[in-house]
Amino acid sequence: MKQVFKRPESMTAKPFHFCPGCHHGIVHRLVAEALDYFSLREKTIGIASVGCSVFLYDYFAVDVIEAPHGRAAAVATGTKRVLDDRIVFTYQGDGDLAAIGTSEVIHAANRGDNITVIFVNNSIYGMTGGQMAPTTLLGQRSTTSPYGRDRNRDGYPIKMTEMLAALEGPSLVSRVAVNTPGNVKRARKVIRQAFQMQVEGQGFSFVEVLSTCPTNWGMTPQAANNRIAEEMIPCFPLATLKQKDGNDVL
Amino acid sequence: MSSPKKVFTKGNEAIAMAAINAGCRYYFGYPITPQNEIPEYMAAHLPAAGGEFLQAESEIASINMLIGAAATGARVMTSSSGPGISLMQEGFSYFAGNELPAVVVNMSRQGPGLGGINATQGDYFQSVKGGGHGDYKLIVLAPHTGQELYDLTIRAFEIAEKYRILTLILGDAILGQIKEPIVPWVPEKTAGDPDRDWLITGAQGRKPRLIKSLYLADGEMEKHNWHLQEKYARIERDDVMFEEVDTDDAELIIVAFGSVARIGKSAIARLREAGKKVGLLRPITLFPFPRKRLRELGSRSKKFLVAEMNTGQMVEDVKLSLPGDCQVEFYGRPGGSVPTPEDLFAVISASCEKIQAKEIV
Repeated sequence: MKQVFKRPESMTAKPFHFCPGCHHGIVHRLVAEALDYFSLREKTIGIASVGCSVFLYDYFAVDVIEAPHGRAAAVATGTKRVLDDRIVFTYQGDGDLAAIGTSEVIHAANRGDNITVIFVNNSIYGMTGGQMAPTTLLGQRSTTSPYGRDRNRDGYPIKMTEMLAALEGPSLVSRVAVNTPGNVKRARKVIRQAFQMQVEGQGFSFVEVLSTCPTNWGMTPQAANNRIAEEMIPCFPLATLKQKDGNDVL
Repeated sequence: MSSPKKVFTKGNEAIAMAAINAGCRYYFGYPITPQNEIPEYMAAHLPAAGGEFLQAESEIASINMLIGAAATGARVMTSSSGPGISLMQEGFSYFAGNELPAVVVNMSRQGPGLGGINATQGDYFQSVKGGGHGDYKLIVLAPHTGQELYDLTIRAFEIAEKYRILTLILGDAILGQIKEPIVPWVPEKTAGDPDRDWLITGAQGRKPRLIKSLYLADGEMEKHNWHLQEKYARIERDDVMFEEVDTDDAELIIVAFGSVARIGKSAIARLREAGKKVGLLRPITLFPFPRKRLRELGSRSKKFLVAEMNTGQMVEDVKLSLPGDCQVEFYGRPGGSVPTPEDLFAVISASCEKIQAKEIV
């Protein structure tokens, strides 16, 4: 019988600890598939961030450094500058990357550091229990915006993809979602392209993945999936805003 | 060792020169006075040495880049001063938890706040008591001359690797800016062992490795803490460094580190000429602190004077180290005022007179 589906070699056999309906598992798998596609597992170094994604090292069969909260891009820069023939990626949530780590990711992007950043945006702080994130939508309730995010008090959901696409350093800046099979297929392609940019030495690649957090949204997995389409995507449009072609490097 | 040719150089440049000769090939830093000659030297000379200098967007980024680079086993360094070192404290704590080796230089300046750029020793507590969160130590080296800045920089890389620990060189504006002759040299070993079993290099033909400081399972965090404490105890047992001047027959022993110790040496030489029995203990490692040696000295000399460019920080460790029947006086100059040899001469003379007066009574 022909085997048509298996666990990527870049993943361990450990079952995910993620909540039912959470998209982290899908995003982990897409990253692992990209590493497998280019046979990168043995030369890849993952930088774990702080939040639900901190346990990256349990699920990826690669070397991992656990970064302080928000600092993954800076840690990745340090590793990549020494080992420039290895593949270095960070995997960060919205609190980590878009609040406390804004400075680090912007400057890594602006330098064009040849790393790949996977940014999981679920519009809330997951691990700490559902507090307001910089990406929380206007009106969205969280434990620290119990009456809904108020633009006068809290400002607007921050659009990292649009911000980073304005810089000259990055090779690829894209936003994807994994709430439908079609979106998963597109996300798979874009994440693969992001690692291809790094393999080709084209510089900083960034993929924002819209993700669910059914537990902290107070929704069923199905309702959470629907919310991605109905509320998240209208605020955070899916698009590749920047992509260098192969000739740029020459 | 290379030929003993002298070069005339600033303290900051001596550190940078020593770092490159010690095999440091990666430097990440952010400008701040009075240490800018270090990043400037690195920017000019690391490329030719096959290394890389990177100016980070902040001290927070610098110390985190250092984490990522140190995890590969490379010899890496950053430097800063007061406010910048404060920003790095989070990273220092992660270095301790992650057990990574690296060298950080603090050419300290006055505080609190933006303070000023003159010499001070106000960062003693922050350096030796742990400025970040958690229960940890750094190795803290306190040079007092240009040559010692050079020598201890090389030592800093070796000892950081020996213990997988962050080693801090604590200097000040005087040490960083003064220009004096030094003799550069190259150590035999300029890189750590590439076969260390914790290096993050990509899991080629081996099991994946992990550098982390998160321990959530029952008892894991306590175990990790006891492991760190055992390491700190070994450091205290094996790697204390200090210098003594004229302590054999001293009735009064001055305890001072860094620039103050150097000024103190001038004062003591003059006091000895005047027939005063005074000596000096200069801690070179502030952690590990020379507690045992102080206890020994305190069993025969009963009078100590601690001089610092702060309002009294190391004096606490001196008091904790000495037998209870020793008298400890303190002379402090905070906020960037540097005592002259004459100032110290006067202060020490006054202490000596108090001793004599007591003997007459």
